[in-house]
Amino acid sequence: MDYSQFLFMHHEIGVLIVFLLVFLFDTFLPARYQSKLAVTSCVLFGIYTVLSFFTPLDNAEAFSGMFVTSPIVASIKNILNVGMFIVLLQSIQWNNSDHEVIRRGEFIELMLVTLFGMYLMVSARHFLLFVIGLETASLPLAALVAFEKKQYESHEAAVKYLFTAVFSSAIYMLGLSFVYGFAGSLYFNDIAVACGLAEGSMLLYVALAFVVAGIGFKISLVPFHLWTADVYQGAPTSVTSYLSVVSKGAAAFAAFIVLTQAFGTVYSAVWEWMLYALIILTITIGNLFAIRQTNMKRFLAFSSISQAGYIMLGVIAFNATGIAALSYYVLIYVVSNLTAFGVIQAIENATDKVDMTDYNGLYKTNPKLAFAMMLAMFSLGGIPPFAGFFSKFFIFSSALAEGSVAMYVLVLIALINTIVSLYYYLLVVKAMFINPNDNPIPTFRSHWTERAGLVICVAGVLLIGLVSCIYTFLNQAASVSQLF
Amino acid sequence: MFNILFLFVIIPVLTLGALFLTRNVKQVRAVAATGASLLLIAALYLCHEYLGARAVAPEGTLMLLTDSYMWYEPLNIHLAVGVDGISVLMILLSAIIVFTGTFASWKMEPLTKEYFLWFTLLSIGVFGFFISIDLFTMFMFYEVALIPMYLLIGVWGSGNKNYSAMKLTLMLMGGSAFLLISILGIYYHSGETMNLIEIARNGVALEWQNALFVCAFVGFGVLGAMFPFHTWSPDGHASAPTAVSMLHAGVLMKLGGYGCFRIAIFLMPHAAHQLGWIFMILTGISVVYGAFAACVKTDLKYINAYSSVSHCGLVLFAILMMNQTAMSGAVMQMLSHGLMTALFFALIGMIYGRTHTRDVREMGGLMQIMPFLSVGYIIAGLASLGLPGLSGFVAEMTIFLGSFENTTVYNAVLGDGNLFRHAFAIVTTTSIVITAVYILRVVGKLLFGPVQNEHHRQLDDAHWYERFSTVSLMLAIAVLGCFPDLANLVLRDSFGPIVEHIMTFAQ
Repeated sequence: MDYSQFLFMHHEIGVLIVFLLVFLFDTFLPARYQSKLAVTSCVLFGIYTVLSFFTPLDNAEAFSGMFVTSPIVASIKNILNVGMFIVLLQSIQWNNSDHEVIRRGEFIELMLVTLFGMYLMVSARHFLLFVIGLETASLPLAALVAFEKKQYESHEAAVKYLFTAVFSSAIYMLGLSFVYGFAGSLYFNDIAVACGLAEGSMLLYVALAFVVAGIGFKISLVPFHLWTADVYQGAPTSVTSYLSVVSKGAAAFAAFIVLTQAFGTVYSAVWEWMLYALIILTITIGNLFAIRQTNMKRFLAFSSISQAGYIMLGVIAFNATGIAALSYYVLIYVVSNLTAFGVIQAIENATDKVDMTDYNGLYKTNPKLAFAMMLAMFSLGGIPPFAGFFSKFFIFSSALAEGSVAMYVLVLIALINTIVSLYYYLLVVKAMFINPNDNPIPTFRSHWTERAGLVICVAGVLLIGLVSCIYTFLNQAASVSQLF
Repeated sequence: MFNILFLFVIIPVLTLGALFLTRNVKQVRAVAATGASLLLIAALYLCHEYLGARAVAPEGTLMLLTDSYMWYEPLNIHLAVGVDGISVLMILLSAIIVFTGTFASWKMEPLTKEYFLWFTLLSIGVFGFFISIDLFTMFMFYEVALIPMYLLIGVWGSGNKNYSAMKLTLMLMGGSAFLLISILGIYYHSGETMNLIEIARNGVALEWQNALFVCAFVGFGVLGAMFPFHTWSPDGHASAPTAVSMLHAGVLMKLGGYGCFRIAIFLMPHAAHQLGWIFMILTGISVVYGAFAACVKTDLKYINAYSSVSHCGLVLFAILMMNQTAMSGAVMQMLSHGLMTALFFALIGMIYGRTHTRDVREMGGLMQIMPFLSVGYIIAGLASLGLPGLSGFVAEMTIFLGSFENTTVYNAVLGDGNLFRHAFAIVTTTSIVITAVYILRVVGKLLFGPVQNEHHRQLDDAHWYERFSTVSLMLAIAVLGCFPDLANLVLRDSFGPIVEHIMTFAQ
């Protein structure tokens, strides 16, 4: 075996190095240094994130085509890194709080392991490797969700997450066994060829339905979304933000890769209509449920479900612009949603309040936090000149590139849904700026790490849309990545 | 060379930055007033520049002072600017209203700084929309102009403000959803370009025009308060603070008319000839319905808001006539309505600030108490009902003159297009009479007659900043009314190529 093939796995090697360093720090350094663990690992990951931008961008494959890297795949991993870095930065304060001392290291290590799994999901071109990645990315998350050991909700959430994760994996595997049944191989390329021949067979429909259901769970598409709200609410806020941006983003990329690379030949015959229905359901139901939520974390859970629907528009577009728009959407979704979670976390750490009514009159006492939250809401709602507007515009335009009337209808439904979503995003803005409150959240100064995280996110929300180079770069990367 | 058009985005952006740095209310006012004055000066200078450029431009040039920078290459999006006579006048109108609006909200409290921040952001959207000739940037600025409305009404408004603010925002965003579909459709079916001039040259694929035209017209029609999408307008205007009502009725609703004209009709003339008559019926209803509704309302702001629905309906109505006279009448009406509604809302705000009621039934004899404001109100009212010498007369005269011109518009679908258009013109002409009814009723009840509330006798007349704001508007109305040629000078060469384009690409 040619061991030099491992050198194509730049990102994987990088995250493993960070993991090992954090692990060694955690295990061997004496107790008096342990208070610095969270900051150190965040700095280490930050250095790795910056370095990862300089990895070579080329098309390469390793292990006889099981593992593939290409410009767009590398960019996707970089986007995940950015999200992970901000999540780590925002979690420092919570991680350093007293009752977490003994388990600080585990939190960061588990996060890094799941990130490694997500890398594999994106890079895999063989279902064995893909499943390893999927499981590595799912199961440790159950432990992370249960991290608030003394809280009942955290346990409940973890159990719910674990059961649905395992169940959906089982369904997914069953689907894969069907795929193996008619393709005789688990390589994406071979499956694509076999699918073309097996078009119209019942087995193909069943297999694809199972595969879509399995991935749909990770992205929390309706009707596989039932775990989302409870888990988001029960999990520690850092884990929630991780689940809602990085985990979801990685799963969306993986969905794109699997559906286009392995099942691309039966796009219009089989899964275009499956996805069409799923997108409409996801956006609409996510939005309608979000309206009635009063807990901020639950609220963002439903909002993130509907956002997942918008992300999937990039998959149904089925072209190179689709993956570029999808990556761009995820990047902007990362900064916008992490701004919202950053504010929630800062307020939760300071006052333990997570209800929307607690946010009434926030602007009078904490104007900067309220401002950041407002930007996040506007960006998520797709209001210019904030970044969310651009990502929505591009993902819609990529879906319309093919030009069928059905797609126009789909985009129109999605657009009408943005109005509904704007309604509930404005409810938050209204609470902070307009609603009176006799007993508002007192003025406080949040921890510097939380502020640093918020500054990065707010800068992203304000600037990513206005500088065109990022989207142009992603578009170029997608077009040279030999996906279509 | 530096393009003067970029000033209209740069000045408000700088104002925004300076507002962030201000430390007290005095500084906020100084910065806001400076920014608004600079904009007004720039707008006047733009007229001069434009006329100079027009004099040397070859006949039939659509846009002058054009400039274009690549922004998003994958979608061929440019930061493209350019103006013709119509947009120059719209920019001038916006500058006047922003200027007077700043002085009308001189004593705005609480949160003065935040108020002017949002107000300036709103003006960025408005100016950006009028200078753009790229569909994407137009749409972006359009939405930039919408969202500050929510907070401006929600925080500083009065009455049922939460409901009105949410209704207004959601309805306008609903309109923009249709708009976005139509913009993307135009992009993909006109050779993948976002530039207005290039799209006009390439033409939009005929089989797509009808659907896209409806989406675009409805999208902008919502903002232009076209029946049945007008319901946000009365509530929104009634709850908004003074300057926001001024800017919204004076300029934002014009965005709707301008967009219908510039995007829906100009880019898709074939569909406009096929389907324009449906919208003509709707706008005809707006005109008459708005006027009647204004007759029965007793809240001053509601009266004026419904009168805006009626007058803005007339703008869309005139645009749909698709001939040069009616269209220049539409632009005149946009100007005239912008100025006089702004004046109306400014005066209503000032009266409300003193009497704390807007109900006509609870006020009377204001002429004895605040003569300055009352005379202003009468002037605005007379302009609204079309007294010769004031702006309303010129605009409505031109529109109805154009409506009776014999053209071939709608002949293809309706057989006799002229009969249809003349019939509807007659129906809408009745709005002039109805306008006189509600204006004179309010003037008679509010300004003359016995004083209803003895407490009102202690009230004072306008302050300097209020006088300054209203006198500027009255002056503009009178100038436009007495010297309509000034506006025609700017407009003169703009409509020729546009109408020619619309008529040639009709088939």
